[in-house]
Amino acid sequence: MLKFDHVSKVYKGGKKAVDDMNLEVEKGEFVCFIGPSGCGKTTTMKMINRLIEPTDGSIYINGENIFDKNAVELRREIGYVIQQIGLFPHMTIRQNIALVPKLLKWPEDKRFERAEELLKLVDMAPEYLDRYPHELSGGQQQRIGVLRALAADPPLILMDEPFGALDPITRDSLQEEFKKLQRSLGKTIVFVTHDMDEAIELADRIVIMRDGKLVQVGSPEEILREPANEFVEEFIGKDRLVQARPNIQTVEQIMNPNPATITENKTLSEAIQLMKEKRVDSLLVVDNERKLSGFIDIEIIDRFRKKAVQVGEVLEKDMYTVEEGTLLRDTIHRILRRGTKYVPVVDKQQMLLGIVTRANLADIVYDTIWGEEENLAASEQ
Amino acid sequence: MDTLHDLFVYYSQNSAYIWEQILRHFLMSAYGVLFAAIIGIPIGIIIARRYRLSVWVISITNVIQTIPALAMLAVLMLVMGLGANTAVVALFLYSLLPIIKNTYTGIRQVDHALLESGHAMGMTRFQVLVMVELPLALSVIMAGLRTALVIAIGIATIGTFIGSGGLGDIIVRGTNATNGGAIILAGAIPTALMAVAADLVMGWFERLLMPAKGKAKAKKQSETATETV
Ligand SMILES: Nc1ncnc2c1ncn2[C@@H]1O[C@H](COP(=O)(O)OP(=O)(O)OP(=O)(O)O)[C@@H](O)[C@H]1O
Ligand SMILES: [Mg+2]
Repeated sequence: MLKFDHVSKVYKGGKKAVDDMNLEVEKGEFVCFIGPSGCGKTTTMKMINRLIEPTDGSIYINGENIFDKNAVELRREIGYVIQQIGLFPHMTIRQNIALVPKLLKWPEDKRFERAEELLKLVDMAPEYLDRYPHELSGGQQQRIGVLRALAADPPLILMDEPFGALDPITRDSLQEEFKKLQRSLGKTIVFVTHDMDEAIELADRIVIMRDGKLVQVGSPEEILREPANEFVEEFIGKDRLVQARPNIQTVEQIMNPNPATITENKTLSEAIQLMKEKRVDSLLVVDNERKLSGFIDIEIIDRFRKKAVQVGEVLEKDMYTVEEGTLLRDTIHRILRRGTKYVPVVDKQQMLLGIVTRANLADIVYDTIWGEEENLAASEQ
Repeated sequence: MDTLHDLFVYYSQNSAYIWEQILRHFLMSAYGVLFAAIIGIPIGIIIARRYRLSVWVISITNVIQTIPALAMLAVLMLVMGLGANTAVVALFLYSLLPIIKNTYTGIRQVDHALLESGHAMGMTRFQVLVMVELPLALSVIMAGLRTALVIAIGIATIGTFIGSGGLGDIIVRGTNATNGGAIILAGAIPTALMAVAADLVMGWFERLLMPAKGKAKAKKQSETATETV
């Protein structure tokens, strides 16, 4: 789909920003460029839509050399999202989203229909269409920035640190949302980031750059498992390497398979009894087939002590779960970030398999520290 | 009290003449500003893209601005002779600076990310100018026109010395008459009112054209832009 063939860029003044780069990106692939500041990520990206002309080499999209095409037409076929968001402040959200279709001379009704359709994708109410960008939050603005890039349905989208300016929580939810969107739309995406977590979470393939050169190209798993050199190792960070240790990769491997559970037809006093016995402050509620329906905890029982009798009447259904096979590092990430005490592990049919608690996490960290020290001790002898 | 009475009498006896002068005064100022806008806005756009040129152009217009109005009229008169056209040319020259400078400032102040965004979406250079730069610079450009018009209305008064007519005629007539205080006022008051009215009307336009983006911010920018003039 996209191919770099010995591409170099030397800026006026002699700065070599990109140095003899060769890379191929498959159709539908999500590629993340990552590397320290100034390593040439933005330069690489802007060469794809000819905002910057390379000094040497050629770039092909679907086998066609982009320098044989008209730059303006080329850009209309490539979505682009920048860190500063860059929505036009004097245009409504509708006009912003429908801008590329307008440049492509779509009829007005088709353009606006497209804007409405896109806004639905990100669960924003149609009222927003007639607002101006400054009336939206940063997260909403960047959602619109992404939609604007999708408007003319380009097969290729370039994103330069699109979530970099957002606060971590907004960024997290936008990443998840965007990953879903990307899976359903099947676009080819070239994504630049500073943030390794982001790259690991989103990318099919990660490209690590340094001083204009590719240092390593591979899937997140490959890079975590076999960093090409010390630079990559350092860049990934020790904690992530530890989390990626092959023997503790998925949640099943560390979960407690016998969490304290209760069924819906039990009474609240039975629940309290059980909590006391097991020395826990929260119980997972399951049916007879061990299908998870929610949880109850001390606070809930305390609140409904006088009004309700059965567990089924008061259980809290809204809870965060992970599916079996989920990678441990994602789970750790979420538990730590959301501040939850535990996460139930379920299979595809919502059957309860076990539970990952903060205590389990402590075990891993403890293990890895011990493991490290043992290794060190061994190598010193 | 007497002066006020005289003023009233003067107005009632010469109303046709006064209206004619008001209209003439306004048209001279408006033409001067209009021609300056036709020339100055494109110049402002061009120099916004060329830093080296901008330094030159702005210095030259700055120099024009510092020439005393009477001296300017005298020199122009030598070249062009007497009459309203010469006055319009002078007003045109005085209007250039605020218009060029505000156009330049307005375009330069457009966020670079927006220009990049525009180009990256596949706008041609002309489309970036018309769809992004000009709309976002419009309120600042309007502020320049407003300043230019207010200055022009003031300067047009001395056009009378080269026979251009206008409200200056009435004022000079008053200074020549014995006890002409009332007549001076008869010319001065409409001049002042016209300047104030022009300021208000153009200010209203300016706010109307302000891009929806945080109006407060844009307002501040257009004000600083006018101050530097
Ligand atoms: N227009 C330019 N003229 C000269 N040098 C430039 C220009 N743009 C970028 N550079 C230099 O080229 C190198 C690569 O820049 P680039 O913007 O591609 O880095 P980056 O990887 O995107 O960095 P960051 O993560 O900070 O965005 C840097 O050393 C930068 O200083
Ligand atoms: Mg960059």
